[in-house]
Amino acid sequence: MIAASELTKRYPGGREALRNVSFTITAGEMVFLTGHSGAGKSTLFRLLAAIERPTTGAILINGQNLASLRRPAIPYLRRKLGLIFQDRKLLFDRSVLDNVLLPLAIVGLPRKEAEHRAQAALAKVGLTGRDQTLPIALSGGEQQRLAIARAVVNRPAILLADEPTANLDTASAGEILAIFRAFQQVGVTVLIAMHEVPSLAGPPVRVLRLEHGELCSESK
Amino acid sequence: MKASVIHHLAALREACRRLLAAPLNCVLSLLVIGIALTLPSAGWLALENLRQATGNASGVQQISLYLALDAGQREIAEIETRLREAGAGRWRFVSRAEALKHLQASEGMAEIIASLPSNPLPDAFVVTPGDSRPAVLESLAASFAGWPKVAHVQLDSAWVQRFDALLRLGKRLVGLLAVLFAGALVTITFTTIRLQILAQAAEIEVAKLVGATDAWIQRPLLHFGVLQGALGGLVAALLVTLGFHLLSPPVGELARLYGADFVLRSLSGLDVAVLAGVGGVLGWVGARLSARLHLRHLE
Ligand SMILES: Nc1ncnc2c1ncn2[C@@H]1O[C@H](COP(=O)(O)OP(=O)(O)O)[C@@H](O)[C@H]1O
Ligand SMILES: [Mg+2]
Repeated sequence: MIAASELTKRYPGGREALRNVSFTITAGEMVFLTGHSGAGKSTLFRLLAAIERPTTGAILINGQNLASLRRPAIPYLRRKLGLIFQDRKLLFDRSVLDNVLLPLAIVGLPRKEAEHRAQAALAKVGLTGRDQTLPIALSGGEQQRLAIARAVVNRPAILLADEPTANLDTASAGEILAIFRAFQQVGVTVLIAMHEVPSLAGPPVRVLRLEHGELCSESK
Repeated sequence: MKASVIHHLAALREACRRLLAAPLNCVLSLLVIGIALTLPSAGWLALENLRQATGNASGVQQISLYLALDAGQREIAEIETRLREAGAGRWRFVSRAEALKHLQASEGMAEIIASLPSNPLPDAFVVTPGDSRPAVLESLAASFAGWPKVAHVQLDSAWVQRFDALLRLGKRLVGLLAVLFAGALVTITFTTIRLQILAQAAEIEVAKLVGATDAWIQRPLLHFGVLQGALGGLVAALLVTLGFHLLSPPVGELARLYGADFVLRSLSGLDVAVLAGVGGVLGWVGARLSARLHLRHLE
């Protein structure tokens, strides 16, 4: 479960990027966070990933308040989240497989088991057989799928994605959203920041709309 | 396998990979570290050899007891007993007749001696104390002087003390060099690790974002520091041994000319291990400082 209450974020020297934002996302939900550019979507993503701290207010992830999380606890929180960054943050000098192995190496999984799991994650995003490729040789859509594989390889209960379909053609974007949908259907909570809500097959999704840092409407 | 073991093995593999990834850099750093460690260890080895050489060279730590001319057999036996009781080490009795014969053998002395009405030389004991520290020699000599029928005690103490002071100065110098070059080694490692952190800033950032702890990020850097320092220590051992083999024939020759017979000592297996260990510890210190400082800057 993710809950935000009266969340405010003011960057040093800047204006408020988020103001008084409160919402609750229950386990297994798929939620789109929308709003025009500069509305505060990425800021909220960074707060949820404990990359930034809120100026005031609380964010609870599985009962843990990120606003008061001690620094040494942050890595352990991140291991429970699958994070997909807007700029993907892939390691371009490492193979596709090594990129996916990174989170498993961090938790100290034995190499054999880790490779098994990494291959399974790559299969889930349709990158089977590309494990020895360098990410630079992948298309934009494939790179995004690699980023998803890395995010899910630790089997997190929550997936957070910032603009995962930006700069992708419609077909690739559709594939990416279908992958998120598939994770939601096996019980993963999914929160996707996107400036436009896509039309999506299947059950309706929830939409949180930000405007100038304020949550202005919720729709199903 | 425990996660911590896996972590250390992975970090070690990563450290080796980084060492081998830039072979030229690696060789250069190892050489610099090796040379830094060579100077103090060569100095130490030289001192060790000097100390051993003086320990073996004859006539250095001897005390001569010259008896009064009227000392008889009884007094001589008495002094021998006292020497035994004092635990004075080894000694040799040189009778006045023997001393005279020795002197007669010297060129030009025979006639002079022949012209003397009687043997002017006293009986003597030449004592080689077991403990050759100058202070011990001094106190031994002082107590000998108080014994009956001992006319004169001669200790080449000024020479011994001068040499001892010189040796102490050498030790101080080597210690200073060691501190200086230990600092250099730490600095070199500090810089190497800083460059690594800069080169891997992107990788470190990503690792943190997917849940890496500070310890996880530091571990390969620390392993790298230890590995580089220890290998640098081995390079130093190699350089010192090489230098030893170049220098030991002429030094041995010199020693023989001075009538000393001693074998120069090179680095032992234990010395090499200590050198590698010291290098490793210093490398760890440098890496640790660098990681602490520079990883915080990456936040
Ligand atoms: N690191 C930052 N420092 C200062 N201001 C920032 C920073 N990041 C974002 N902002 C500002 O906060 C507001 C929200 O930005 P962001 O969360 O990136 O919006 P979105 O992702 O919805 O486009 C913008 O006005 C932006 O300029
Ligand atoms: Mg954004």
